[in-house]
Amino acid sequence: MTGFVSRGFKGRRRSGGPEGRVPPGQYVTDDFPVLSAGPTPHTPLEDWSFTIRGGGEPVSWSWEEFRALPSETVTVDIHCVTKWSKLDSVWEGVRVDTVLEAVEHDAAYLTAFCDGGYTTNLPIEDVTDGKAWVAFGFDGEPLEPEHGGPARLLVPHLYFWKSAKWVRGLELRDEDEPGFWESNGYHIRGDPWLEQRYWGD
Amino acid sequence: MAGAAVLGRLTWQIAEVAGTVEETPRVKTIALEAESWTGHRAGQHLDVRLTAEDGYQAERSYSIASAPENGLEITVERLDDGEVSPYLVDELREGDRLELRGPIGGYFVWGVEDGGPVLLVAGGSGVVPLMAMIRHRAAAWSRVPMRLLYSSHSLEQVIYRDELERLAARGDGLEVFHTLTREQPAGWTGYSRRIDNELLGEVAWPASESATVFVCGSTHFVDAAADGLVALGYDPGSIRTERFGATGG
Amino acid sequence: METDAMRLDGNAIGGLMLELFGAEMTAARGVCGSCGAVEPLAQTDVYLNAPGTVVRCRHCQNVVLRIVRAPGRTWIDLSGMRSIEIPDAG
Repeated sequence: MTGFVSRGFKGRRRSGGPEGRVPPGQYVTDDFPVLSAGPTPHTPLEDWSFTIRGGGEPVSWSWEEFRALPSETVTVDIHCVTKWSKLDSVWEGVRVDTVLEAVEHDAAYLTAFCDGGYTTNLPIEDVTDGKAWVAFGFDGEPLEPEHGGPARLLVPHLYFWKSAKWVRGLELRDEDEPGFWESNGYHIRGDPWLEQRYWGD
Repeated sequence: MAGAAVLGRLTWQIAEVAGTVEETPRVKTIALEAESWTGHRAGQHLDVRLTAEDGYQAERSYSIASAPENGLEITVERLDDGEVSPYLVDELREGDRLELRGPIGGYFVWGVEDGGPVLLVAGGSGVVPLMAMIRHRAAAWSRVPMRLLYSSHSLEQVIYRDELERLAARGDGLEVFHTLTREQPAGWTGYSRRIDNELLGEVAWPASESATVFVCGSTHFVDAAADGLVALGYDPGSIRTERFGATGG
Repeated sequence: METDAMRLDGNAIGGLMLELFGAEMTAARGVCGSCGAVEPLAQTDVYLNAPGTVVRCRHCQNVVLRIVRAPGRTWIDLSGMRSIEIPDAG
């Protein structure tokens, strides 16, 4: 820190937020910033499928089959490693528990894979027991492509890079295999309450 | 000396605002004095870093508007949902200081020694680095053929309007073509639409002239202009592009 | 905002590359490790704040550079680039 301060500069409105709701180092935003590592894919729904592989035979759902699964609407806080947090965001999706139930497995980890090549890794226990969804709706509307539509992973208790946009499936694994960001500096687990942003945090 | 120049560019230094000029209601030019400034080439940019009292920092890049011969100036457009540009355009005043780093860029640069002809294609505030090239050419009293095709929403939003008119009137080989895409004044005889291949074909030299091209503006604008020139037979390698994000601000 | 509008080019990371490599890099020519295309780094597709920085080959979208900055350290993945030719400081 140089100690230099730009007279009168305040930056975007950022507040600490309500007690206990905002992890360390975060500030609250009303926006929903778009972050992307590449061009927005535009997979037509008739070509879309969601697949679980790595646990015996792969299991796939077409878009219609996927949308026929039980789903729920949830209100959650999300936290981005770039320091913004968005409270009380409303999502609609299928619990990851639901899709995992279709497969016999004893995997301890999984890698989410996506259109465009993005991957992220998660322990199974971080996506089960109602902690994670495959989300197709945001704020009462179908999820927009720039925010990951038609469907993205939603894992609100971890930094939002784990909530992989344009998700197309989950690969079950015995070992934790670092994904796109985890292999290049971002923390392998990413718990915002422990401020696990980078390797070694 | 090269090493010192690199280190100078690597590090943040403090510059003082020597003056500001309102170019249009949303656009301001900021003249800067920086002790350790090593000079620049037309087309280069600098990075600006702002620090709030709580330590929060924001960084943005801005093209240098001035000719290398004429000091250091940047021109900034205020983006409505921007974080840095509203501060620079509305708040910053003479005597304030800001941190900057540069000059940066070895690709999107032009000097009179590079020759021509040179085609400059600007979308909105994309005109800034191209204006540095035009001003450099003028300061060097060069007669290298240069054409500027400048797309703006309206006449009021044309940056450097009077200066461009004056320089083009010299008749020394600089030509300026405007297109106003949303609103045109009564009696307007210039172009009045977004740049398309036909418009490019009328303004650009034939591909056989092997002009060097610099295109600057938003990503969509740059992609469209570059594609259009390639369709006219321009060698993609002769087209240098710089995309301004709307992420900036 | 539409992601395509957020796509910049290598000029946008000129300062970052100068800081990391100690050299002007926008004119440096890289060879894509996936498709073999040769382009100056200025002619790549750059995505900032992705949350890190992602640089892609304009021809095949292969990731040629990945940069993550943390307090006190920076990670750079160059594995997507086969080689890079850096001109000497003029």
